[in-house]
Amino acid sequence: MTGHRRRTDGRVPVALLVPSVLGVAVLVLPMVGLLLRAPWRRLPDILSSDAVLTALRLSLTTATAATALSLVCGVPVAWLLARTRMPGRSLLRGVVTVPLVLPPVIGGIALLMVFGRRGVLGGWLDEALGVSLPFTTAGVVLAQAFVAMPFLIVSVEGALRTTDRRYDDVAATLGASAWTTFRRVTLPSVAPGVLAGAVLCWARALGEFGATVTFAGSFPGTTRTLPLQAYVAIGSGDTDTAIVLSLLMIAVSVAVLVAMRRRWVGA
Amino acid sequence: MGLAARVEVDRGELRLQVDLEVGAGEVVALLGPNGAGKSTLLDVLAGLLPPDAGRIALDGTVLDDVAHGRRTAARHRGVGLVAQDYLLFPGLTVLENVAFGLRARGETRRCAREHARQWLHRMDLGEHERRRPGELSGGQAQRVALARALIVEPRLLLLDEPLAALDAGTRPIVRAQLRRHLAGYEGCTVIVTHDPLEAMVLGERIVVVERGQVVQQGAPDEVARRPRTDYVARLVGLNLLRGTARGRVAEVGDRAEVTLAHDAHGPVHIAFPPVAVVLSPERPQGSARNAWPVTVRDLEAHGDLVRVTADGPVPVLADVTPLAVADLGLAPGVRAWASVKAGEISAYPA
Repeated sequence: MTGHRRRTDGRVPVALLVPSVLGVAVLVLPMVGLLLRAPWRRLPDILSSDAVLTALRLSLTTATAATALSLVCGVPVAWLLARTRMPGRSLLRGVVTVPLVLPPVIGGIALLMVFGRRGVLGGWLDEALGVSLPFTTAGVVLAQAFVAMPFLIVSVEGALRTTDRRYDDVAATLGASAWTTFRRVTLPSVAPGVLAGAVLCWARALGEFGATVTFAGSFPGTTRTLPLQAYVAIGSGDTDTAIVLSLLMIAVSVAVLVAMRRRWVGA
Repeated sequence: MGLAARVEVDRGELRLQVDLEVGAGEVVALLGPNGAGKSTLLDVLAGLLPPDAGRIALDGTVLDDVAHGRRTAARHRGVGLVAQDYLLFPGLTVLENVAFGLRARGETRRCAREHARQWLHRMDLGEHERRRPGELSGGQAQRVALARALIVEPRLLLLDEPLAALDAGTRPIVRAQLRRHLAGYEGCTVIVTHDPLEAMVLGERIVVVERGQVVQQGAPDEVARRPRTDYVARLVGLNLLRGTARGRVAEVGDRAEVTLAHDAHGPVHIAFPPVAVVLSPERPQGSARNAWPVTVRDLEAHGDLVRVTADGPVPVLADVTPLAVADLGLAPGVRAWASVKAGEISAYPA
């Protein structure tokens, strides 16, 4: 310790300390509550019950499918946003990121308006192709993709913006087409960004509730994913199952955060 | 045969207007200060930037002809590019980087890799084929970039500041390697640089570009001996004056006269090395000496000599010993006489 006066002497003003303690409490207490009330002894039984396993299987499949759909469609969108100078690009960026801030229920209603039986495309899809999306597993995937794809787009666009476009120039002088360049040069160089976006997207899809329940309903085995199962359990008084499902999803979230930690928290 | 280019690009702050011819197998160094338009010209030749006017023909094939609406995309030009920081594709191994051009042209993976392996051996990089670009030294990365560009047999090879990314210690070695590799290449080569040494060593001909214009071109020794602009004179370390000669005497600057060793007539450039300039407190005696009163502006260490920048009717750079600085009490603002023997002065038509 030298005689220099430090700018802060370690004391935190009460006006900052009290609200921050409250804030941390709001964030942490619910999870502590879950852990305290968890039926640890019944946990294996609940986890292996048919209803939970079915919901888990459905959640894993739909979230993975939604992530795949988001990759196939979202990476090209990110490329368009980052690499082209087409008019209306900033408008497009706004439009594709709206679901980030939109209440998911609204997304579900909007999906119904388009793909519902009397929706803009739904009627035609039903008559011409015999395809009906609402209240199906495919509908769950669509609802999840609607909510989760923006996470992927934002992440991949960010990665694309930081890569040097001179790589594309060099690839062109070597005779590569724009598609070859994208596939063999651009994509590998943004792979970490794509992976991060995909993990975020998958986690968001796994936790999706509002859009799913509105657009796809809650049918066991076809549309009742983990969050819906938890909601049904708590509504029917089966608190233990609700708690176990909540812990399961918290575990997934923590795993995602740990996986992504090196990318966002410390470098 | 070779490259014949007439390129005009108007970018507001830069107006590039350059005629450039490069023979087959010839290595031309484009020398110029930063912002002179060298890299812009390189981009135009590579097909990455459309010229506003002009025509580019390579080995008799017209690549671009603005007047006739003709334009060839970068991928169909047969022009190789080695960028300043090499730009090896970070997601690919060294071998895949070199094989990239052949793969893009539709060769099978096996065939492309076999060919790439031969190139890596030629570049003494055989044991590095599985490495990622980030694991290479600057000199190795440059050789990989060179192999990647040359494997598709371009008719024109462009190198943008090929040694700028290297540290001073490895530069001489890599420069020598590059010179050897370029000697074996049969197409045309254009090297962009702002380093006169690089231009002198690598270029068989030097084209000096300033503010978008070619201001001088010629063999390295010609450029080094007879600079035509202040920029080139500074690069090659010569004093350059402009004057009008009438026999043995030329009038320069502010009514000063320079005595020449040979007869000359009309507008001339007059060049002499700073070491030939003698500074003295009094006007020196002797007929063959040119002498001008000067005022010291600046002193700067220059090897084991001191470079003195002096103003006067004839502004000069003089390299003197530290002892002379002490003896003459040279410091900014001190007045002295600068003199040069006529025999040290070279005068050539402007």
